[in-house]
Amino acid sequence: MFDDFFIRALFAGIGVAFVTGPLGCFVVWRRLSYFGDTLAHSALLGVTMAYSFQFNIAISVFIISAAIALILIQLQKKTNLPGDALLGLLAHSSLAVGLVVIGFLSFIRFDIMGLLFGDILAVTVDDLLIIWIGGALILVVLKLIWKSLFASTVNYELAEAEGLNPDRAKAIFTILMAAVIAISIKMVGLLLITGMLIIPAAMARNVSTSPLQMVFYSIIGGLLSVILGLYSSLEFNTSSGPSIIAASLFLFILSLLKIKQTAGLKN
Amino acid sequence: MRSNNNILVKLKSAGYQLNNKFLVEGVSLEVQKGKIVTLIGPNGSGKSTTAKIALGIYKNIEGEVEKYTDKIGYVPQKISIDWTLPIRVNDFMVLTDNISNEQIDEALSLTGVIHLKNKNLGNLSGGEFQRVLLARAISKKPELLVLDEPVQGVDFTGEIALYQLIKKISEELNCGILLISHDLHTVMSATDHVVCLNGHVCCSGSPTDVAHNHEYKALFGEQASKTLTIYEHKHDHVHTNEGDIKKN
Repeated sequence: MFDDFFIRALFAGIGVAFVTGPLGCFVVWRRLSYFGDTLAHSALLGVTMAYSFQFNIAISVFIISAAIALILIQLQKKTNLPGDALLGLLAHSSLAVGLVVIGFLSFIRFDIMGLLFGDILAVTVDDLLIIWIGGALILVVLKLIWKSLFASTVNYELAEAEGLNPDRAKAIFTILMAAVIAISIKMVGLLLITGMLIIPAAMARNVSTSPLQMVFYSIIGGLLSVILGLYSSLEFNTSSGPSIIAASLFLFILSLLKIKQTAGLKN
Repeated sequence: MRSNNNILVKLKSAGYQLNNKFLVEGVSLEVQKGKIVTLIGPNGSGKSTTAKIALGIYKNIEGEVEKYTDKIGYVPQKISIDWTLPIRVNDFMVLTDNISNEQIDEALSLTGVIHLKNKNLGNLSGGEFQRVLLARAISKKPELLVLDEPVQGVDFTGEIALYQLIKKISEELNCGILLISHDLHTVMSATDHVVCLNGHVCCSGSPTDVAHNHEYKALFGEQASKTLTIYEHKHDHVHTNEGDIKKN
């Protein structure tokens, strides 16, 4: 069944969508889209490390992204620079270092386009295993920290006062972000991962009235984007990442019609 | 020893500083089961800071805090619900604790906002939101309630009703309450102990003690002497009321 590259890509994408759906909601709620971008940019460095040391790409990306996240937290504590400046500093410097390292690895042929925008031909059975097992782990951990993470998203002090340990939840969530980037990099490509997190969640926001509903629609939106995107990628011979993101944009525009409708009903 | 078992939270000359400046320092107070402790003082006198010290929100504090309960209900002074978050009153009620649907309904009925159960939290008025915040804090039947200006934005009749409710809760649940208010004369009637803050403890004691305290008069100044007379007037009035309730 998994002999067909397209079936492999489809199952990989479905696995990714199940994880980016709920995590994307938190990215929107906690205004972390630029943070997601920074981790995604640092993923390039992770990929080059994987090639340099003959290491698994997903694990290498996870380690580098998590390290960048920890460095960011330290810099936030120790410097007086604003958050967005620190994010920009880390995003662009890790991207630059990654590209410089690629320059040194001249003996390896790099598919830069595939790295930046995703490549459905590249998904192996091993990647599928990493996506589904890693994805399941991410969701289990997210379920465990859900209460304190959500409560502190609404109000940090309330969560802290009533004994929910929001700092721990935040630290674990940061690790989960690095993990989701690691498992989705082959599908969506590192430039577009944040889009996969944000756009289905933004679409879901337009049609939801409760947090769980938003998570549900965000997953549905991600799944539809993957299926639509991959079929059009096959049909028109386009990169998988941009096709998936374009499909999710299409769904987002449809969800705007729903807003217009409810606004019309109110009048 | 017996009184020791009733203590829920105890501050021993506690203080908190931000950027090398004390927001509040040297605060000692304790909240016991079934008692209401009220913090008063001008803006920026450290009332909310003191409450946050007691709650353990601030980590690097001076002095000591001893907490003898984990069942805490908190009504913060300010919460803004981000528009990116779709959340109804119903979702907000189970924010920190998994309480049953009956408990949710009961608490919302007590504060008079059961009809808002399925409304979006972001669409509530200030007064409605305060009632929901209070309902959420009491629904989990806490041992310690910390209320930071719980009736702000509530209309006058509602304010009296909510204060009566707070008193009823403290009796029914036998929980301790740490209450913050600007509004001295309204809170006084049900309060057991008043702490007047102005960056430090300016004076403390029973409501009557504090009202007659010289430092209190000095703190609130000429203009406040008006408030004080209103207070004393109200106090006489409330005093008979209190007697009535005690007789019942």
